Amino acid sequence: MSYEFEFGDVLGAWDELLHGALNTLWLSALAMLIGLVVAILGAFGKTSGPRWLRVLIDAYIEVIRNTPFLIQIFVVFFGLPSLGIRLEADQAALLALVINVGAYATEIMRAGIESIGKGQIEAGKSLGLTPLQIFRYVVLKPAIQAIYPALTSQFILLMLNTSVCSAIAASELTAAANDIQSRTFRSFEVYFVVTVIYFALSLLFWGLFRVIERTLLRQPARR
Amino acid sequence: MSASQPHTLGDVVVTMAGVGKWYGDFKVLKDVNLDVRRGERIVICGPSGSGKSTLIRCLNRLEEHNEGRIVVDGIELRHGMRDIDKVRREVGMVFQSFNLFPHLTVLENCILAPMKVRGTARAEAERTARLYLERVHIPEQAGKYPGQLSGGQQQRVAIARSLCMNPRIMLFDEPTSALDPEMVKEVLDVMVELAESGMTMLCVTHEMGFARKVADRVIFMDRGEIVEAETPDVFFDRPASERTRAFLGQILPH
Repeated sequence: MSYEFEFGDVLGAWDELLHGALNTLWLSALAMLIGLVVAILGAFGKTSGPRWLRVLIDAYIEVIRNTPFLIQIFVVFFGLPSLGIRLEADQAALLALVINVGAYATEIMRAGIESIGKGQIEAGKSLGLTPLQIFRYVVLKPAIQAIYPALTSQFILLMLNTSVCSAIAASELTAAANDIQSRTFRSFEVYFVVTVIYFALSLLFWGLFRVIERTLLRQPARR
Repeated sequence: MSASQPHTLGDVVVTMAGVGKWYGDFKVLKDVNLDVRRGERIVICGPSGSGKSTLIRCLNRLEEHNEGRIVVDGIELRHGMRDIDKVRREVGMVFQSFNLFPHLTVLENCILAPMKVRGTARAEAERTARLYLERVHIPEQAGKYPGQLSGGQQQRVAIARSLCMNPRIMLFDEPTSALDPEMVKEVLDVMVELAESGMTMLCVTHEMGFARKVADRVIFMDRGEIVEAETPDVFFDRPASERTRAFLGQILPH
């Protein structure tokens, strides 16, 4: 068995690949940011909200974590128009990604919040801080510090998951690869190159997470 | 050391009348009656599980009482009250385990509540914080994080943090129980100075030397009841109750 690699056609479409990679980068970063906000709100609601809200958030988390992401995208992209909500493929992809990562990240954030000792909350109360102020100034940062490795792993998974968005032809890296492949029939080469690009994107995000950890989330040295 | 200096007491700032509390079937406070006057220093002692921590935690509503009346600084504590923060900002509390915020520096620990609760400007809050850090003898630690300090230093920061809110009443819940022996004195010294400044204080502690020195009244609790509430002289030398005598016999050096 022998296969002759021919990268010429693939590398000739470098501008499409670059464009796809940049879109994947943006789509992921945006979904991470909005997903983090969803997670913080969701986790606050789940730990401090009224009962009906907790039930609602639980239902959201369970539905999302127990169904395939591909189906979630299809529901958003093909289902929502039936309700009169029409989204571009890229918007639908972003929305589906946020909904998906929001559920996983909410659970992670909840674990972080619950890791904060009761004494911290009592100290906040005894100083006259409101529950929201206690969450914002006392709980949030140590909670994120506690679950940062789990959260960033989830975010890398999210970035890799964006490739599923090619199923609705969102403009991201895998969709670009599919286009090139259907034009050149150089499947092996295309997906090999794309694999390398995804790996590079992962390393880029890991690096970024590391920088954030060392600046914004810096833990004071112990004595 | 002599017993506490005589000093004048003001109006009643804390009233507990017929206060009771249950944890499930277990009655942790039974018919507690106590009036505390402004400037008064009260030391509460008793065996573990006697309800002394619960008693002071009811005063800023970290615990809710089930019966009777509690009035703190003119506000009655009621079930479902929405303005509990109004009481809490006037009542400082120091915990056994310090409970400093580990992600904030000493200075940030001290200015958080004044800025967020009282709306004090940062510069003003920092000035006040440095003043109180001076008073607890650690002005040079302002930029450090709690994890970089010794237990005694952390507890003194916790006292300063409470004082930064300018509370009218200070509650101490076994403030020296989690400290290494050599650090107990530095915290007690700060508490004595605070007492001498006229602060109204309720201290749960087994530091009987401290009680003798500053307390106006020493309260002995057992099984959820106030058994004895006397001046230190009477309390230590002529306790009326057998239970008090037995307790003192166990904790005082022979």
